[in-house]
Amino acid sequence: MADTYTGPVPKPTPETKPFWDATKQHTLKIQRCDDCAQHYFYPRPLCPHCLSRNVAWVAVSGRGKLHSFVINHRAPRGFPAAGPFIIGIVELDEGVKMMSNIVGIEPDPKLLRCDMPVEVVFEDITAEITLPKFKPVIR
Amino acid sequence: MSADITKLRGRVAIVGAAESDELGRLPHKSSLQLHMEATANALADAGLRKSDIDAVFTSGRNMANDVPEYLGIRPRFSGGTQVGGCSFILHVEHAMAAINAGLCEVALITHGESGYSRIAMPAPRWGDDSTNNQFELPYGTSGPASGYGFLATRHMHTYGTTSAQLAEVAVATRKWAALNPKAFARDPLTIDDVLNSRMICWPFHLLDCCLVTDAGGAVIVTSAERARDLKTKPVYVLGTGECATHMMVSQMPSFISWDAARISGERAFRMAGVKHADIDVAEFYDAFTIVPMLALEELGFCKPGESGSFVSDQRTAPGGDFPMNTNGGGLSYTHTGMYGIFTIIEAVHQLRAECGLRQVANAKTAICHGTGGTWSAAATMIVSTER
Repeated sequence: MADTYTGPVPKPTPETKPFWDATKQHTLKIQRCDDCAQHYFYPRPLCPHCLSRNVAWVAVSGRGKLHSFVINHRAPRGFPAAGPFIIGIVELDEGVKMMSNIVGIEPDPKLLRCDMPVEVVFEDITAEITLPKFKPVIR
Repeated sequence: MSADITKLRGRVAIVGAAESDELGRLPHKSSLQLHMEATANALADAGLRKSDIDAVFTSGRNMANDVPEYLGIRPRFSGGTQVGGCSFILHVEHAMAAINAGLCEVALITHGESGYSRIAMPAPRWGDDSTNNQFELPYGTSGPASGYGFLATRHMHTYGTTSAQLAEVAVATRKWAALNPKAFARDPLTIDDVLNSRMICWPFHLLDCCLVTDAGGAVIVTSAERARDLKTKPVYVLGTGECATHMMVSQMPSFISWDAARISGERAFRMAGVKHADIDVAEFYDAFTIVPMLALEELGFCKPGESGSFVSDQRTAPGGDFPMNTNGGGLSYTHTGMYGIFTIIEAVHQLRAECGLRQVANAKTAICHGTGGTWSAAATMIVSTER
C-alpha cells in the first residue's frame, strides 16, 4: 500500500490537516461558519462566504447525491487505476460539493444518473493518506 | 457599477491581427518563436514598427517579462493576466482601459504555445500540497477532458441534450475548416464519425475534443484616433466583459449554468449597445463541443437548455443562418492550449472581408467569446467595422 501507490498523493497543509486526519480515521469532516451558518468545502480557516474566522469542523454523515459525473477512459500517466472509471461531483446533504470517485458500480452511463443517492466510503492509499470515495446507496 | 461603461464603446480599435508563419505540428519552433512570428506578422499587418509598441499583454506558461525580452521590447505597461485560454480576450479589455487612461497607446497582445511539440514550454507543476493535488488530481482527472464533461452530463440530464447534438457542432465546425487552408483537420466528418470515435472521457468522444497543436497569434490594439491613420480598416471594440469564478471545476458555482459567461456577456452587450440580431459572425472558444453551446445560451442567443436544438441541422455550418467558428475553431483549425487569441484574429479578418472561401457575406459586427481553465473564467468582446 504505502510503497506501491503510484497516483497523486495529497500533502496536507496546516489548514487542510484536520480534514485528512479525519479521513484517516474514516470520518468525513467539513467546516461550518458559526457566523453565517453555512457549510463549505475545501478547508479554509476563514469562511469563503463571509471571511469570518469563527469557523468550526463538523463531522458529517457522508451522505449526498451524485450531482454530475464523467467516465474517464484515459487515466493520467502513472495513475493506479486503468480507465474507465467514474469521477463524480458529489453534493453532500450539507450542500457542499466535492470531487471524488464513484465506486461499487460499473462505469456505465446507463447505470448512473444525476442526483442518485451516494454515501462515503474510505480508501487508504498510503499509511498516511485516506481518500473519501462514494458508492451508490440502494434505498 | 456606477461608471458609465458605454463611454468606452468604440474608443479603441484592433489594427493588426495575425497568426505565426505556420500552425500545426512544429517541432522545429519554440513557443517564444511562435510569439515572435505572430508579433512580426501583426505589426506588418498594421503597418506599425516594433518601436511603436509601448504595452505588451501575454499569458500562458511564459511570464509577462520573458516574452518582451525575447521580442526585444521594453513595455511601459505590462499585462500578464492568466485565467486560461480566454485571457487574450480579457487583455483587449485591459488594453482598452490602459489606453483610455493614457498609460499607453499601442498595445501588443501575443500568444505562442508549442502545445503539441512542447518546445521550450515551462513544465506545469502542481505542488503536492496544492488544492488541486489534494482535492481533484487524486481522483484521476485528465485535465480539461474530464473537467469540462460535468456540465455536459448535467445538461443532458436536465434538458435531454444528446451526444448527436454535441456532434452537430463538431461536424459544422469541420465544414468551416474545409474552407480554411490553414486549418489542421479538413477531412469531411459526419455525426456518426463523431459518435463512433473512441471515448476519451464520457460524454466526450475524441471528435468532441479540440486539437492539440503548435501556433502563435497576436493582435495590436490602439486608440480609435491613431487607428484612423493606419493602413488597415479599423475593427472597433464596441463592448467587452469578463468574469472568473473558480479554478478547480469542483468549485464551479453551478453545473447547469455558466455564470462567468453570462456575466461577461451582459457587460459586453450593455457597453456595445447592440442587439443579438446585429451580430453577423460568432467566434466561440470550442475546447469541447459543449462549450460553444453553453456560450450560445449564456450570451442570450437561445434560452437555457435550448442549445441542442439551436445547433441542430447544421445551423452553425457554412450556409447556415448562424455562422460560428468560421476558421474551423479549436476543434478543427488549431488549438494550442490557449485558443482565445484566435477568436479575435478570425473576427478581425472576417470583418475586413479577408477570409476567401469562408468569408461571411457583409459581416460588419462580430462577437468573440472564450472560456478559461475549466469553465473557470469567461470573456466576451463585440467588435465592428462601424463605431
